[in-house]
Amino acid sequence: MYTVRIPAPLQRFTGGAEQLRCEAADLHGLLVELSGRYPELRDRICEADGRPRRFFNIYVNEEDIRFLGGPEYRFRDGDDVLILPSIAGGSR
Amino acid sequence: MSFELGLRCRDCGKEFASAPLAGCDECFAPLEVAYDLGAVAWGVRRDDLAARRADMWRYRELLPVTVAGDLPPVGGTPFVATPKLARALGAKQVFVKNDAVNYPTLSFKDRVVAVALRKAREFGFEVVACSSTGNLANAVAAQAAALGLTAYIFVPEELEPAKVANTLVYGAKLIKIAGNYDQVNRLCTEIAASLPWGIVNVNLRPYYAEGSKTVGYEIAEALGWRLPAAVVCPMAGGALIGKIAKAFEELRQLGWAEGDTRFYGAQATGCAPISAAIKAGRCEIEPERPRTIARSLAIGNPADGYYAARLIGESGGWAEDASDEEIVAGMRLLAETEGIFAETAGGVTVACARKLLATGKLDPDQPIVLVITGNGLKTLDAVAPRAEEAPVFAPRLADVQAYLDTAAPAEVTAV
Repeated sequence: MYTVRIPAPLQRFTGGAEQLRCEAADLHGLLVELSGRYPELRDRICEADGRPRRFFNIYVNEEDIRFLGGPEYRFRDGDDVLILPSIAGGSR
Repeated sequence: MSFELGLRCRDCGKEFASAPLAGCDECFAPLEVAYDLGAVAWGVRRDDLAARRADMWRYRELLPVTVAGDLPPVGGTPFVATPKLARALGAKQVFVKNDAVNYPTLSFKDRVVAVALRKAREFGFEVVACSSTGNLANAVAAQAAALGLTAYIFVPEELEPAKVANTLVYGAKLIKIAGNYDQVNRLCTEIAASLPWGIVNVNLRPYYAEGSKTVGYEIAEALGWRLPAAVVCPMAGGALIGKIAKAFEELRQLGWAEGDTRFYGAQATGCAPISAAIKAGRCEIEPERPRTIARSLAIGNPADGYYAARLIGESGGWAEDASDEEIVAGMRLLAETEGIFAETAGGVTVACARKLLATGKLDPDQPIVLVITGNGLKTLDAVAPRAEEAPVFAPRLADVQAYLDTAAPAEVTAV
């Protein structure tokens, strides 16, 4: 079990949830798990073939997942996963 | 007046009213400023520009700001023919666009910040911020001071001392992060959502990027509105090269300039995610961990990398990368042939131009423009070993004379 943090601009696709608890073993599994729970979120962060879109970066414990093996990386208990639009931030 | 229509998503095309926004709220792609070019063509004639002050504001109809009051003389930097450099590179005609002497902080970032901070004021921000590899930090700090805005600057811990000093002197609040630029940038993206700040390269990014276009307008005007066959441009986040292309495209649409340009990207071998993509024939960027002396280009996960790679490919250009040794050699070549002292990024550009010419990717018979973006005084460590080459003598004529007689016999012979 690990935590997936959802930044403010994506929370409208998760019913306001800021954090999710997930169990999927790897990135592919995580995106499948998220698409089951929040189909709208999936459309934003994945291409049709399931790969993450280029406008999003996924971090594990502050490290870009692509440096950890990307699709090969196996999530561990207690991981802190962040899905971040590569250029987020809006007017407040 | 401004002919800005608002913001438009670069991916899905969704339109937004002018606002501090970084990305599209639907598809999260970056946004770009759209203009009513038809109205620009009615409002100003190309020949009207000549009577205006020689700085970036002479192209004000193509910038997203309502220009009023005293404006700092940013831009309008030298565009010089560099025949000795051309000979050394084996090319017929080479020009340098020299933003190493931009106002007020000696880099092209003065242009982007001039637009972004005016926009920040329009939006009512009192605090501005940025993540930076140095030049942007200097530019934000200086212009925020002049405009009476508070500036918070986030930089990687290992920044050149000159760039740290050139930020702090203006009273900016400097926050060093123990990590590389990409980590600093991620942090800024995260905090952007929770702070009422105008972050120059996050929620002011679409406007900030527009300032870069003025490099393109100035090149075109200096060439008599004949667009150059080739532009070699350093790439960090990948925005500048795209904005020079956007500038050329707008000028073509206005009927003000003609010609097709191939775009060539220059990176450091120790941080070449865009160049690697071009060489592999793809536009998707694989992030890298930067290891290069060209710290102003040390962005391993470039925000505009995809668009830069696509532009280069579509224009028929190419990309190259240069090792640390080649970068220093490039800095020296530019300095020794043309008397222009560029920072490490300029060394990257010169070195990559040389390699592109050597491999036949760049046509030596067509005019080539090199974009020099920053000043060598900010990256002195790169050429510091040269300072030790100077001999020291007692203040006695005989000693110096003896040295010159042996070291430089040809130069001391009376004519």
